[in-house]
Amino acid sequence: MLSRVADSIYWLNRYVERAENVARFVEVNINLLLDSPAGTDQQWEPLILTSGDLPLFQERYGNASAENVVRFLTFDKDYPNSILSCLRAARENARSVREIISSEMWQQVNSFYLMVTEAAEAQSLSDLGTVVKFFDEVKQASHLFAGLMDATMTHNEGWHFGQIGRLIERADKTARILDVKYFILLPSVKDIGGTLDQLQWMALLKSASAYEMYRKRGQHRIEPTEIAEFLILDQEFPRSVRSCITRAEQSLHHITDTPVGTWRTPIERVLGRLRTDLDYLTIEDIVHTGLHEFLDGLQSRMNDVGEKIFETFFALEPLS
Amino acid sequence: MQFNDYDPGDFYDELFEAKGKPRPEAIPLIDRINSLPLPEVQRRQQAAEIALFKLGVTFNVYGDGQGTERIMPFDIIPRIVSMAEWKVLEEGLKQRIYALNQFLADIYGEQKILKDSVIPTELIHSASGFLKQCIGLKPPEGIWCHITGTDLVRDRDGRWYVLEDNLRCPSGVSYVLENRRVMKTTFPLVFNNVQIQPVEEYPSYLLETLLNLAPPHLPDPTVVVLTPGIYNSAYFEHSFLAQQMGVELVEGRDLVVADGYLQMRTTKGLKRVDVIYRRIDDEFIDPKAFRAESLLGVPGLMEVYQSGRLAIANALGTGVADDKVIYAYVPQIIRYYLNEEPILCNVPTYLCWEPQQQSHVLANLDKLVVKAADESGGYGMLVGPHATQAQREEFADKIKAHPRKYIAQPTLCLSRVPTLFNDHFEGCHVDLRPYILYGKQIYVNPGGLTRVALKRGSLVVNSSQGGGSKDTWVVCK
Repeated sequence: MLSRVADSIYWLNRYVERAENVARFVEVNINLLLDSPAGTDQQWEPLILTSGDLPLFQERYGNASAENVVRFLTFDKDYPNSILSCLRAARENARSVREIISSEMWQQVNSFYLMVTEAAEAQSLSDLGTVVKFFDEVKQASHLFAGLMDATMTHNEGWHFGQIGRLIERADKTARILDVKYFILLPSVKDIGGTLDQLQWMALLKSASAYEMYRKRGQHRIEPTEIAEFLILDQEFPRSVRSCITRAEQSLHHITDTPVGTWRTPIERVLGRLRTDLDYLTIEDIVHTGLHEFLDGLQSRMNDVGEKIFETFFALEPLS
Repeated sequence: MQFNDYDPGDFYDELFEAKGKPRPEAIPLIDRINSLPLPEVQRRQQAAEIALFKLGVTFNVYGDGQGTERIMPFDIIPRIVSMAEWKVLEEGLKQRIYALNQFLADIYGEQKILKDSVIPTELIHSASGFLKQCIGLKPPEGIWCHITGTDLVRDRDGRWYVLEDNLRCPSGVSYVLENRRVMKTTFPLVFNNVQIQPVEEYPSYLLETLLNLAPPHLPDPTVVVLTPGIYNSAYFEHSFLAQQMGVELVEGRDLVVADGYLQMRTTKGLKRVDVIYRRIDDEFIDPKAFRAESLLGVPGLMEVYQSGRLAIANALGTGVADDKVIYAYVPQIIRYYLNEEPILCNVPTYLCWEPQQQSHVLANLDKLVVKAADESGGYGMLVGPHATQAQREEFADKIKAHPRKYIAQPTLCLSRVPTLFNDHFEGCHVDLRPYILYGKQIYVNPGGLTRVALKRGSLVVNSSQGGGSKDTWVVCK
């Protein structure tokens, strides 16, 4: 498979997943504010923190009002991680591999893109009801895309590159959400397990679509350590970091055609090592390291995974 | 919906001999449409447009920042060509391509035609498509123009003329295939009752044409389609043809010259490429050999090509024959190489670099069409009868300043085909672009792309200027 084609399928999936995650955590923040007692400070800045683009936001918008933040994250065409920009990039990537992906996938990306551009033109951010409905449509459209890809595209090399893209993006976003909420709610490590705002933690779970699944797994109380364990180390929840990394590694070995647990290329080694760490870590180890420090390290290792994928498969240069 | 009111008027109509009198090969279609109520015809027109949009048969509009795609407007009334007439066109096209291929081999080889003074040497050297880098080139099987899309038009008196040869990268064949696919669902009964020549074999013939260029000892040669990328106006077609042939669609950045071969970057390492069907213009294909600023091409590709370790379709340098001044010599070219009379006529062409012809052109600017020798697609031209005095004077100055750059032709009155305008039919002017493949033999895809000028009375059929398309039926009676 052409490197560029693999790269495009990988980014097509990353961008669709990214748009979905933006929609999810903006939506959850809106819900959270509706629950807060009147007069509470509206917490919009953490959303930008989650995206990692606070300086850019401050430079462009200044004040982190609800409308500014929502506009920045959804319809700002000059901000590369806004939903609108993600969809434009996803569609560009899809167009360049149109003869490789299924036509159902192409049509779905196309209508997804049209839905977002139409909403961006209407720009009705002041009406909360419309905004919430829009985020819901974004999530649905992303799920539909993932489902169509699973059901209509041969599970070949290209499909596995797409899986890796989606899973790495998802693991990254789950870690980010956890990190930022932690950062806001728990300024120091020793506060873990202290009295916390239950609503905030529930919102966190919901933004990873994890609330119901967390409640169902035997431990019913909202406990920060348990939540961190669930979102990082759970084996079965499809948005946990470990689950994403495990499945990304399986896809990787489908591509390289080597058994899981062995490596020939740097990417197999880096991803395999990360997966093994997650397999054998306990939440106590993580608390001991410090949740924020751990997540920081995790993020830089996932960045390294992204770079190694690029170096191994996409940035091929002939020996000269 | 009735054709009773349709009046072909003072034009050559492709479906009607006269008002109320369809041509024999069009009778089954006209009868069928006459039997359908108006809303049903309108519904079928809409269904065809929706189908094309869903198939993604789109082209990009240049100068639109968003890179928007549109479908080319499509009309469900086909153009019909009788088998007898098609046979003549087919023979004429084969003859023309055969001669042009010999011409290209000669121009970049011995240059006999120049030595025998059939064409002045300076005209070749000043032709924009002439590439001195191609002198001495020996493409596989001696074939230069593998894929051609010749533009034909028919004048008021029913005579066919060749308007342009398009030996570089003619586009549009994807419309031929997709239009036909849609038409089969639009008029299934007519397809059942009439013997319409199939067009669907084109991708198979194209693949054979390309495979024919690979070195014979290779068991499994790699063929690719080279596209400038998703912003190119014909990107859909590049992607479509790659998909239909089952070969890779590559961009310049996917390719690299290594170990003396052209190779593509894959997830499993570099892989050798043997044949390129390129949809990039000559000068952009290798920044080392041609335009240094080109980002679309592959540095060093020309060297691999010259060494014979790569085949390219069409060969580089074929654009020399697309120069409209050289076009004027095609009848002489056919006589010179084949010793035959041309079966298809050229449009009479005045060469402005010849003083006598130039003064004739300047004196008759209000009757002639003036074209820049190195432009195509309806750009850089003056349609004398429709132009203002100021525009004519502007062109007169240009002709005097750069006589080599301009030619002039009489304004032809293109033939017409009835076209659906909401609730009635009107005649619209059309041209015809058949696609010709030069592989082991020369194959002419039966029919071709009928482009139609949808603006009332307009003679310009280019899609960039409000043109649309129709299906073309070659019909055995």
